[in-house]
Amino acid sequence: MESKLIGRKTEVLIGPDLPTVIIGERINPTGKKKLAEALRAGDMDYVRQLALTQVEQGAQVIDVNVGTTGVVEEVVLPRAVEMVADATGLPVCIDSPDEKALPAALKICGGKPLINSVNGEEASLARVLPLVKEFDASVIGLTMDDDGIPDTAEGRLRVAEKIVERAAKLGIGPERILVDCLALTVGADHRAALTTLTAIRLVREKLGVNLALGASNVSHGLPDRETVNGYFIAMAIAAGVNCPIVDPGKARESVVVADLLTGRDEWSQNYLAHYRAAHPES
Amino acid sequence: MSDTLVQISNAVIEGRVKDAPGLTHNALQAGLTAKDILDKGLMPGMDVVGAEFKKGKKFVPEVLLSARTMQASLDILKPLLAEAGAKMTGKVVVGTVKGDLHDIGKNLVGMMLEGSGFEVVDLGKDVAPEKFVDAVKKEKPNIVAMSALLTTTMRSMGHTVTALKEAGLRDAVKIMIGGAPVTADFAAQIGADAYAPNAPAAAELAKKFVSA
Repeated sequence: MESKLIGRKTEVLIGPDLPTVIIGERINPTGKKKLAEALRAGDMDYVRQLALTQVEQGAQVIDVNVGTTGVVEEVVLPRAVEMVADATGLPVCIDSPDEKALPAALKICGGKPLINSVNGEEASLARVLPLVKEFDASVIGLTMDDDGIPDTAEGRLRVAEKIVERAAKLGIGPERILVDCLALTVGADHRAALTTLTAIRLVREKLGVNLALGASNVSHGLPDRETVNGYFIAMAIAAGVNCPIVDPGKARESVVVADLLTGRDEWSQNYLAHYRAAHPES
Repeated sequence: MSDTLVQISNAVIEGRVKDAPGLTHNALQAGLTAKDILDKGLMPGMDVVGAEFKKGKKFVPEVLLSARTMQASLDILKPLLAEAGAKMTGKVVVGTVKGDLHDIGKNLVGMMLEGSGFEVVDLGKDVAPEKFVDAVKKEKPNIVAMSALLTTTMRSMGHTVTALKEAGLRDAVKIMIGGAPVTADFAAQIGADAYAPNAPAAAELAKKFVSA
């Protein structure tokens, strides 16, 4: 099953045998003072810079989240999405739970964007899926519902199934749902990452859909998070994730090596290109 | 200080859960009161853990393990403390606000507060403003501590403050808030009393509130 996202200049294909697509996560003001200030001041130039840096670092889809205090999302999100869509030409991942901001940004975006996100809660399904349909978008489906995040891989599979079924009822195909099996914190529960990896394998096997993953949460509270995240991303890709939501500056190497080792990099071309870019003198 | 108390502090600092019940029984047999063990064994241990955490020398899983060690001792001490009518530092109602399922930070705050001798009433996660109001009515805490990890759920902190005001309970408690997207400015904006950037800081703030 292949998922297609379309930006203003570039199409991006996501599929089990294709190279992993990085969704760049850095345009998100939570915990980032400078970005939060820029968004409050309406300074879209900083948003543009962040987008272009991530493109250089290997992102193929750019997540845009502007939610912070002092920002009216309905006004700022469409501006930020326009800036990123225009500057990069790539598909945008529009990341907002705001009822007004999401459709406003979708109207401006054009192409076939990605929405971040829907989940198995009745209110979320009712609110987001019609927008996915109306704007010909794809959507990240989080495996949580009105009862919270299931503790087991089977429980998360059931939520993923529910999302795919509800989408089908509106005529939205499974290729437009990118399931995120939710990475919880391994420092608080030593089996957290294992449950996520098992869920990824199950969803891939039973539903055949493509899989996103917000991975950084796994290392919360631990030192050297970059190392932990890097190995986790590689393991997640081996299990079936094909569009992780990560900081490309930090996670790119793990993604490239994981692709090399899982049959997604013919003649090692992406790996060698990555190596040469990192060692310009050799 | 007696050796037993030092051993209890060290067990907490090193997160030796299995040793906690035995050491606690030894201390009680040696004639120490439950209150002594809490104040001079467990609390100094958790103080060290909190300080090391703040300095970046200890990490979340280690703090959780230390807290679990303290809990293993408290399980034995709590009935004795109640029996003796021991005076606790104060009482805090904690919870992650409505719509938010992140509870690691909230749990750490609860543990640090217990480690500072507070009685903690944990309302869990996804806690609606009415539930905070009900808990304040029922438990009569000194402090309400709220956590939110999402910019979307932060608003619910403001709703809780408003709900407490409407119920006429705002002045009965101090309100402190924390979580990744939360700031001191935001605390002021919604009419909370304070912002704590991390769990040890929350415990220190709480101590200041009850001693003021």
